[in-house]
Amino acid sequence: MSDTLVAFDDVLASYDPALGLEVHVELNTATKMFCGCPAVFGGEPNTQVCPTCLGLPGAMPVVNGKAVESAIRIGLALNCEIAEWCRFARKNYFYPDMPKNFQTSQYDEPICFEGWMDVDVDGETFRVEIERAHMEEDTGKSLHVGGATGRIHGADYSLVDYNRAGIPLIEIVTKPIRGAGAKAPAVARAYVSQLRDLIVALGVSEARMDQGNLRADVNLSLAPKDSGTLGTRTETKNVNSFRSVERAVRYEMQRHAAILDSGGAIFQETRHWHEDTGVTTSGRPKSDADDYRYFPEPDLVPVAPSREWVEELRGTLPENPVERRARLQAEWGYTDLEMRDVVASGLLGPIEETVAAGASAQAARKWWIAELTRRANDAGVDVVDLGVSPAQVAAVQALVDAGTINDKLARQVFDGLLAGEGTPEEIVAARGLAVVSDDGALGAAVDAAIAANPDVADKIRDGKVAAAGALIGAVMKEMRGQADAARVRELILEKLA
Amino acid sequence: MPEITRDEVAHLATLARIDLDDAELDHLAPQLSVILESVASISGVAGDDVPPTSHPVPLTNVFREDVVRPSLTPEQALSGAPASEQQRFAVPRILGDEQ
Ligand SMILES: [Zn+2]
Repeated sequence: MSDTLVAFDDVLASYDPALGLEVHVELNTATKMFCGCPAVFGGEPNTQVCPTCLGLPGAMPVVNGKAVESAIRIGLALNCEIAEWCRFARKNYFYPDMPKNFQTSQYDEPICFEGWMDVDVDGETFRVEIERAHMEEDTGKSLHVGGATGRIHGADYSLVDYNRAGIPLIEIVTKPIRGAGAKAPAVARAYVSQLRDLIVALGVSEARMDQGNLRADVNLSLAPKDSGTLGTRTETKNVNSFRSVERAVRYEMQRHAAILDSGGAIFQETRHWHEDTGVTTSGRPKSDADDYRYFPEPDLVPVAPSREWVEELRGTLPENPVERRARLQAEWGYTDLEMRDVVASGLLGPIEETVAAGASAQAARKWWIAELTRRANDAGVDVVDLGVSPAQVAAVQALVDAGTINDKLARQVFDGLLAGEGTPEEIVAARGLAVVSDDGALGAAVDAAIAANPDVADKIRDGKVAAAGALIGAVMKEMRGQADAARVRELILEKLA
Repeated sequence: MPEITRDEVAHLATLARIDLDDAELDHLAPQLSVILESVASISGVAGDDVPPTSHPVPLTNVFREDVVRPSLTPEQALSGAPASEQQRFAVPRILGDEQ
């Protein structure tokens, strides 16, 4: 049974999409959220469990301070307020992925709230507002036996491994994202991708989507165009790649529109994403079972981060990736197009290091984007794996700046670098690449060029200085490119004055 | 005054996986109402200057160092399980959905 879909452009003619994203980040702490069991991935089943994470009677949880620190740092990086005082809460439900019959989470007092992140899509910035980021614990893993293998439907019984139960999770929830229109799928993707960059920069999680360290739930609803209302949403669970986030949003937009167009109604439900076929299927309708009867966790005392601690943690934040790009562009004076090329090539870091090593931003861009990227493409490798370091690029440019070599000779220095012939200085010496600027040698070549091109010489004598280019070219050719072009020009003009 | 209806008791019983028949609901709903009213009378005593509290001990920020401590062995972990297989807890077929 396949869903009826409406063409994407037709969806936008009639409806405004609203997105919501819930991203779970598994922290990379050494231990679990509330006990000292290791929080590593891939152990033998039930080897990382203790009375606390198994919910045995009498066991008492104690909060992992490092996880709270990571939660606050994530919140600060997302421009959130940090609660002065907040509690954990029990989310009660009966499903054996939590042996306690509740998940320890936060309810109406999240540790981080009211933040935002700016997301770049094709040069346009969307501000994604963050509703909250709260602390909770991961669940165990179930294996369903009998019936259709691995699936819940038709399973005879289930086998549960609680190694993952209790690993610290931060759930980051956006407010409804409206106004993205046709870019809604791209905005969803860009948000998750840039959120991952941020998490990686913070160093708080491995943030591998393929391993489930970072999991996205995608909420989507459609409202009649320009109505300003919000429609009924569906929640597509565990969409585990950036590309799938984009595809899932697109698919749900097209599916919702078909139902609404035919006069039907969307039911609030969870949906499953199928990576292989690129469709969602109905999961579970919203029901009475979603009454989780949250109440404050009596076994954990409240968390009240001091403002001093919060400010101390703010001091540990890495520069926001979006702000970093904006700052570097301003510092370097790149055009939007130049900047986009640099970012798309992944050369922000190498260029930054090259500039730090003394090269101008334009020179650094020229060598990395024009010269080295071309060579990397020829060699079929990534430019950062080519084997030329930012320090070497800066050293080559220093030789150009000093007039020792020109750009053309610099290319031969890169040949030498790639061939492992030593430092740029050594290569210039060994290959005899230094530019000749001594007037004796240059003067002879200039005289020869004038003699060989009398008509050009006459034009210059008549004041047509632009014609000097032809003579400079002739001298450069004679000197096999190793002449100081500026000095050659001066000599020509002196001799023909 | 807080009052809990028979329907609410039935709903809570379902959520808590407690099987109550009609007679038990008739019997328990009024009793729970009395309990709620008794507890509610405490809030009548508290003045506006007494905030509701979930934690009687005025402690905050009790944190643990992020240092690994020994876990149980799988044998110990599974020793209380009614059934186990492949070093995992065996549980009845699940009709709900993953959270
Ligand atoms: Zn444990």
